[in-house]
Amino acid sequence: MTNLVTIAEQVGAPRIVPGRGIQYPAGDPNLSPPAELEWRRRLVERALAAVTTPVNKPTIFAVDAEEGVGA
Amino acid sequence: MRLVHYVNQFYAGLGGEDAAGLGPQVLDGTAGPGRLLQQLLGEDHQIVATIVCGDNYAASDPAVSAELLEMARTADAELLIAGPAFGSGRYGLVCARLVAAAQAADLPAVASMHPDNPGIGEAGAAPVVAAGAVARQMRPTLERLAAAVAKLATGAPLTAEDGRVGGNARIGRLVEDRAARRAVELVLARLAGDRERTEVPVGGFDVVVPAAPVDKADAAAVALVTEGAVVPFGNPDRLESARATRWLRYPIEGVDTLVSGTWESVAGGFATTLANADPNRLLPLDAARELERDGAIGHLHGEFFSTVGNGTSVATAKRFGVEWAAELRKAGVQAAILTAT
Repeated sequence: MTNLVTIAEQVGAPRIVPGRGIQYPAGDPNLSPPAELEWRRRLVERALAAVTTPVNKPTIFAVDAEEGVGA
Repeated sequence: MRLVHYVNQFYAGLGGEDAAGLGPQVLDGTAGPGRLLQQLLGEDHQIVATIVCGDNYAASDPAVSAELLEMARTADAELLIAGPAFGSGRYGLVCARLVAAAQAADLPAVASMHPDNPGIGEAGAAPVVAAGAVARQMRPTLERLAAAVAKLATGAPLTAEDGRVGGNARIGRLVEDRAARRAVELVLARLAGDRERTEVPVGGFDVVVPAAPVDKADAAAVALVTEGAVVPFGNPDRLESARATRWLRYPIEGVDTLVSGTWESVAGGFATTLANADPNRLLPLDAARELERDGAIGHLHGEFFSTVGNGTSVATAKRFGVEWAAELRKAGVQAAILTAT
């Protein structure tokens, strides 16, 4: 789970969940506290979906824009 | 032999970031690390001049290396030395470009930098010998560099045994044995347990084979791990803020959220204000606990692992990864979420 997606891809991280900032891969300080917790929950849910999905190369599991919170 | 030494503004004693814009200049004799290097080289070789340039000036334009090379020529260099740059990116980049330009102009040259220095690729086929990651390792680094210079001065090529790192020199030369015999010898060496010997070193990141997926997250033990340097407030175990040499583990059994002022990040590579206002932004414990309570995660592992990625070498990071995977596997964990800054 990281904001530096291209680096994660280059070093071969198999499952990548993009975050919104280098300093806060699992958060978003621009959101209200409840909305940020909801965003973080979506990120962890995507991570859980990622680890249950077979991959054969670096694969991005983004939180979809329409399900994004405060995007 | 007449040697010319390249160092940046900092090692020449001309200033730090404030002097990084300085243009190139030539000093007589040695400067900075050149003094110890000269002692180690003895009387057979003389550093006759030191070329200095500010890192920002030198790294911002590849054409500067031609200018620096010309200055070395003017000083009648018979061999050019650049660095040691340790892990410094701009300095390493300039050293690498300079030795590449020198080699292309048939001036023997060698640079010294850490194998993970981001500039190392620019050296091309010109020789680079390994330096430590930080300037604290100056003496052993200069001892290796001095030995490499002495060997290079005899006309012999530098090899891995001299501490050579980086790209491969593809130089045509005659060898005693034909390829078939050498190949069989390499196979026999491999069978005898030698995993390193090769005629063609392969650089770059190795291939990561993705792990097979877990069947169901709601039945799995899941761990949280991070390279964001999350530690208890006050950093009681003194995790480094850069260039980690170790990692730490902290219990989170019964902990529902990482409270600001109880936990913090000591990472040195980015501003931690936002992370320290809510450390869950680095290690998503509050959300993972909710998902555990809701049954989406079978069980959240009772401790998290933490280290700092800032400036940490690839080799060290790889070792941490292997150790983390082994620890988690032993503890019965099936999946891990790694947050990276």
